[in-house]
Amino acid sequence: MNASRPDSTPDAAFVEFDRVQKSYDGETLVVKDLNLTIARGEFLTMLGPSGSGKTTCLMMLAGFETATHGEIRLAGRPINQVPPHKRGIGMVFQNYALFPHMSVGENLAFPLEVRGMRRAERAAKVARALDMVQMGAFANRRPAQLSGGQQQRIALARALVFDPELVLMDEPLGALDKQLREHMQFEIKALHDRLGITVVYVTHDQGEALTMSDRIAVFNDGRIQQLAPPAELYERPKNSFVAQFIGENNKLPGIIEAFDDKKALVRLATGEVIDATPVNIRARGQQTLVSIRPERVEFKPEMMPPGVHRIAADVLEVVYMGDIFRTRMRVAGSEDFVMKCRNTIGQRRLTPGERIEIAWHPEDARALDPM
Amino acid sequence: MKKILTLSTALSAVGLAASAQEVTVMSWGGAYTVSQVEAYHKPFTAETGIKVVSVDADNPATPIKAMVEAGNVTVDVADVEYADSIRLCDEGLLEEIDPSILPPAPDGTPATEDFLPGALTDCAVASIVFSTVYAYDTTKFPEGPTTMADFFDLEKFPGKRGMRKGAKANLEMALMADGVPADEVYATLETDEGIDRAFAMLDKIKDDTVWWEAGAQPPQLLADGEVAMTTAYNGRIFAAQVAEGKPFQIVWDGQVYEYDLFVIPKGAPNLENALEFIKFATDTQRLADQAKWISYGPARKSSGALVGLYQDGKTEMAPHMPTSAENLTNALASSYEFWVDRDSELNERFNAWLAV
Amino acid sequence: MLAMDATGADAGRGGLTTADGKPLKQALATAQSRARRRALLLVLPLLAFIVITFVVPIGQLLFRSVYNDGFSANMPQISAWFRETEPGTEPDEAAYAALAADLAAAAEARSVGVVGTRVNYEMSGTRSLFTAAGRKAGDLKPPFREALLELNGTWGDPQLWGVMRSVSSAYSANFYLAALDLARDANGDIVRAPEGRRIYGMLFLRTLWLSALITGLCLILAYPVAHLLATLPLAKSNLLMILVLLPFWTSLLVRTTSWMVLLQEQGVVNNTMVALGLIGEDGRIQMMYNRTGTIIAMTHILLPFMILPLYSVMRPINPGYVRAARSLGATSWTAFRRVYLPQTLPGIGAGALLVFILAVGYYITPALVGGASGQLISNLIAYHMQDSLNWSLAAALAALLLAGVLILYWLYDRLIGIDKLKLG
Repeated sequence: MNASRPDSTPDAAFVEFDRVQKSYDGETLVVKDLNLTIARGEFLTMLGPSGSGKTTCLMMLAGFETATHGEIRLAGRPINQVPPHKRGIGMVFQNYALFPHMSVGENLAFPLEVRGMRRAERAAKVARALDMVQMGAFANRRPAQLSGGQQQRIALARALVFDPELVLMDEPLGALDKQLREHMQFEIKALHDRLGITVVYVTHDQGEALTMSDRIAVFNDGRIQQLAPPAELYERPKNSFVAQFIGENNKLPGIIEAFDDKKALVRLATGEVIDATPVNIRARGQQTLVSIRPERVEFKPEMMPPGVHRIAADVLEVVYMGDIFRTRMRVAGSEDFVMKCRNTIGQRRLTPGERIEIAWHPEDARALDPM
Repeated sequence: MKKILTLSTALSAVGLAASAQEVTVMSWGGAYTVSQVEAYHKPFTAETGIKVVSVDADNPATPIKAMVEAGNVTVDVADVEYADSIRLCDEGLLEEIDPSILPPAPDGTPATEDFLPGALTDCAVASIVFSTVYAYDTTKFPEGPTTMADFFDLEKFPGKRGMRKGAKANLEMALMADGVPADEVYATLETDEGIDRAFAMLDKIKDDTVWWEAGAQPPQLLADGEVAMTTAYNGRIFAAQVAEGKPFQIVWDGQVYEYDLFVIPKGAPNLENALEFIKFATDTQRLADQAKWISYGPARKSSGALVGLYQDGKTEMAPHMPTSAENLTNALASSYEFWVDRDSELNERFNAWLAV
Repeated sequence: MLAMDATGADAGRGGLTTADGKPLKQALATAQSRARRRALLLVLPLLAFIVITFVVPIGQLLFRSVYNDGFSANMPQISAWFRETEPGTEPDEAAYAALAADLAAAAEARSVGVVGTRVNYEMSGTRSLFTAAGRKAGDLKPPFREALLELNGTWGDPQLWGVMRSVSSAYSANFYLAALDLARDANGDIVRAPEGRRIYGMLFLRTLWLSALITGLCLILAYPVAHLLATLPLAKSNLLMILVLLPFWTSLLVRTTSWMVLLQEQGVVNNTMVALGLIGEDGRIQMMYNRTGTIIAMTHILLPFMILPLYSVMRPINPGYVRAARSLGATSWTAFRRVYLPQTLPGIGAGALLVFILAVGYYITPALVGGASGQLISNLIAYHMQDSLNWSLAAALAALLLAGVLILYWLYDRLIGIDKLKLG
């Protein structure tokens, strides 16, 4: 991960959304007051459920939708009025959008041809782009003769062949099976690092987002909920939506008993008190939702930090998943509290019906807004 | 009880037999069919109980061949033009009709003598004499055209013309308009030069002519203002004039008159009824009655005297008949001999001329 | 167990067998025969329907175009004489005797008109020759040559004898010659028909040209409509689709006559233009009873046949293609020309072929609104079917039309490929 990249400062800004709003029907806003700055060379992912406004943002950037309000700038230049074909942005579409009536080579030559490039130069560039995605032997095939993964590579090559500085990708791996998808994630990431291009990537798959991005903008309800590098997003979600959307999470509703900067005491519905880190807590007695990652829950006393509150748990189900055990428990009235333990040598195997005590580091339990 | 049952069974049997009795008559539609329905069909049904089914065609002669050859004859009696009746008869597509079965005149004159000359042939019995004339809208031409030549004179009488889509009557009229006397028309048409001359005359108005096919069209074209003058069957114009009060005027100069005849397609499903119908419809009184409804002359001499007023009770029919003396000053009797033989050839040429 | 010896071609001994030793092929056939029989039973009604309503009538039509026994069936003796003698033989007394006997018999059987009509197709003005001779044939006395020549000198005309020889066989290609504006002269050589009679070639060309024009107009009008239908949300496009299909639910006659109401000289369009002062009372435009009327009315009537295939091809085209092209640097025109248009070609091909073939055979509309200059070849076919009753010529014309359409279809297959045809 390239989390060490300098955070966007105005002079490093390559793509800027400045107070952008978008409405299709004049009644509701699909994108609400979006401010986003993307640095040159950055890999930024827009992540969110469908209808969250992320694709609309991408389309506005590509020029297929016009912003209802606000300004979008590319390399400092406002592009609201620039038609798509003059923006010079490469784009990879959800279903690849390879032209079915053209061969792979013709598909790749298309952007060069419309730019008036000479034939010989074109051929050289196409060959280079195909080699880049290891598809050099396929220039004469039709898209329909290729597998999904091969089509994906061609679409990628086509978006890159004319050397755009910015490449947009709209859920490009959505149609691939899991294994191929993971493989392509690495390839795309590698290409990004090698070519030094700026990528804006839209997906609803959080795994994908976490693997590839420098920064992730989590969208919901037309707003960016959190904009952060993957690790920060995963470990320090700013609100319940982000906490829930990224990774698996246990949620325990409760009321703030006491809190300071570092620690909050939360009384759960069943009366137990637990330790948590306050995130967006403003007052005592406030409703909260404590979120704890399943892999940060401990049941072996020697692993628990000293002085933390422990809580009783009834083991309901243990699922063997190879690398981990996934244990579902009843905790504070909630029946889907999950704990994940690595399948290490000497790991104690829990059995359903067993009653144990669990605890976690207060830093790993985050008291968030109750949604 | 048993008696009543037997009686009702017998009655229903009679009812069934009666309802099965019918005769299908095919004619030209519009005012002409109306006149036949009033003068023939209704009284025939009233007298014999035989139901008359009336169907229309642009020219009833044309479906007959198809029906007979396909062995699917649905028509018992058809009303056709002279040349068609001869042609169909020669090709064996019609039943023969023995003229001796036709009723004599009221004074006892046998039918063969009472009918006008040529009105009875091997397969056909004439009912009326009709005429192809031309008519114009008096509101467009208060000082109307009076001669056949005027019809072809676009300078003197500007405006669209209507003509029947076919060679017959058009060629004769063209020659008469070109100054050929009526009695020389067919002799002229026998020569290639004569035919060329007729087409040359038609050329003058070709670009301004709307071609009609059904007899009901010309009065409609005239009423819609689509044409300024049009050829038509005289009875159709009369019906529009008198029954609908249209400002139409017939020009009798250069009229071409001929018989309309009843024929029976070979293999007619109700042959007996068809013969009965023809016998009934062509008696002296019925033929005279038809003239109450439309201005076509009866084909029997004895009917002439019985023709009186139009059905409105005030219009004298005689002046509207093609056969009345003042309408015959420059008239032409259509020659079936000519058309039987030359019909296909001249129509072929006419179509070629029309299409170019 | 399968016997794995698959080397022999003989299924009984060398081939694969089933577990109980039956040849595998035979077992497969038994297993499938029931399903095959059932499938056959299911398609049988359709097959019978197609044969009865399509194959048989077209076969009859083709047969009739080369077969006309009007002369040969009714004039057996003279036909026999023609068979026995060489072409060009001077007719002798035996020939005249046979002719007189046939004429008498035909007159008796009321078929002399059929004979005359058949000869008249080849040589105009001869029909009454036969009917007149038929009436008097019974009274003729030998020598028959003199007797017939006395009736009418034409009986000695070598051309008449040449024609009679050619029609004495029921099979004849002469109807095709006539349909191509050709004829045979007295020597039997093929020559062009006289100037005033050449009509079919011109009408075939006019039919093809007008059909092509109408197809082009339909394409120009239908393409944007189909595109709109394909890109609108389904609810709206369904509504529009109903408007497109509405004419389908109206009788052809009603649609044609409503065009007459609109376009005639005293019609709605002319009245409106006069009322608006666009044209004067004398400048009313003739849009009906001529070629313009045929083109307007047929374009309207055939439009849905173009819209539907286009729509069915356009609907599944992902808007992403055009977007992709735009993002790759193409102007909207280039994106349309290079990316969208090529993908709609199967629909254009299908629609154009459909409209063209329908237009080539159109009959009612040109008959009603076409006047003289808007007539198409099918109107002449109808004329020969219904008015002149020359069915053989009608059949020959129709067969030529059919051949033309098939050639077109073949060309389409060669150029574009019939498998690329998409009707929806």
